[in-house]
Amino acid sequence: MIAAGLDPIGQFEIKKLAELKIGNFDISFTNSSLMMVICVAAISLWLLLSTKKSLIPGRAQSIAEISYEFIADMLRSSAGKDGMKFFPFVFALFIFILFANMLGMIPFFFTTTSHIVVTAVLALLVFFIVIIYGIWKNGLGFLKLFWPSGVPVYIVWFVSILEVISFFSRPISHSIRLWANVMAGHIMLKVFAGFCIMLVGAFGVVGGSLAGMLPFLMTFALTPLEFLVSFVQAYVFALLTCIYLSDALHPGH
Amino acid sequence: MLNAITLMSLKLAAAAPAGGEAKGETPFPPFDSNHFATQIFWLLLTFGILYFLLSRIFLPRIGQTIEERSSRIADDLDAASRMQKEAEEAEKSYERALAEARAKAHNVAETTRQSVDAEIEAEMEAADAKASKAAEAAETRIRAVRTKAMANIEAVAADAAQATVEALTGKKPTLATVKKALN
Repeated sequence: MIAAGLDPIGQFEIKKLAELKIGNFDISFTNSSLMMVICVAAISLWLLLSTKKSLIPGRAQSIAEISYEFIADMLRSSAGKDGMKFFPFVFALFIFILFANMLGMIPFFFTTTSHIVVTAVLALLVFFIVIIYGIWKNGLGFLKLFWPSGVPVYIVWFVSILEVISFFSRPISHSIRLWANVMAGHIMLKVFAGFCIMLVGAFGVVGGSLAGMLPFLMTFALTPLEFLVSFVQAYVFALLTCIYLSDALHPGH
Repeated sequence: MLNAITLMSLKLAAAAPAGGEAKGETPFPPFDSNHFATQIFWLLLTFGILYFLLSRIFLPRIGQTIEERSSRIADDLDAASRMQKEAEEAEKSYERALAEARAKAHNVAETTRQSVDAEIEAEMEAADAKASKAAEAAETRIRAVRTKAMANIEAVAADAAQATVEALTGKKPTLATVKKALN
């Protein structure tokens, strides 16, 4: 009975809140959809309240401006000045993932990024933008990406095959990195927090509280770590996006 | 205590698959393809709205604010350096004026001193002349007095000699003889 409540997987379950169908596709409004809407609403509210165009920024405006400069610097340094046309896209990715991760840290809130399909859609979005923009801008020159210059002829084919494989495995690593980190963190938190409850169930309040100190401390230590992971994974996702976009802009090695 | 934790973890590990089995054929939620369509649909919708809001409204606004501020700061810095230069020039001209004034004051003092000196000298000379004149007059008077006194001495001496001779000889010599004898 206790175990059912402590099931570390239960937190990832999708629950339908309102049925909705288009053709054969079930696009019901779920707890996941609700969190996505809350995420976008929270970002919009924050930016709406913090972008008052005042010359001397307040706290909220400072945070908005620091985020702006942070992503702009990252994109400029890895993709160059002409990469700035992708700035809204990279910023949207970063802030969406960051808010989704952070909102997921609130107890009883569903974490949208803990589902592989969500991270995969975002990663594939980046992947196809790179391919489409790369070909549209460079034409066949985009293929130079797979044909490194300055490599001796006898291994250039080998290197080229590696380049192709690494290019096509990008969306996989890109999406799994985020998803696995978020999901593993949430499972770990739930397992250690669950230990405390189970120990109380097994040894009573006094004995269980004493025995539960260790998993409690573990949960206590893991929580800030998970906040860090939430930020770092959003940052890494955005950084990799910048690097991939740089390939679309400058395919020559 | 550690044993208890290990025991509990084993129990949990045993319980988790059991719970999964109890729910029957529902797979691990992130891999449940029944829910892929809804997540993709809502993700694209919400992310699309977010992208639209950011690219059309929020990011241009933040960018504009930052740009306005940096240009304002640059302007202010320019103005500040210009004002500083002006202040430096003002200080320089002030110092120049001060030095001129000082030199002028020095000149005035010098000329005043010279004229005062000249006046003092003239007065001193005048006083000296007056004093020496007075001294001369006094000297003349003294000489006259002395001459007169000497003449008197001669007369007194002649008288005394006449009287002495008369007392000694009983004969009164003439004044002319006495005077001749005295000289």
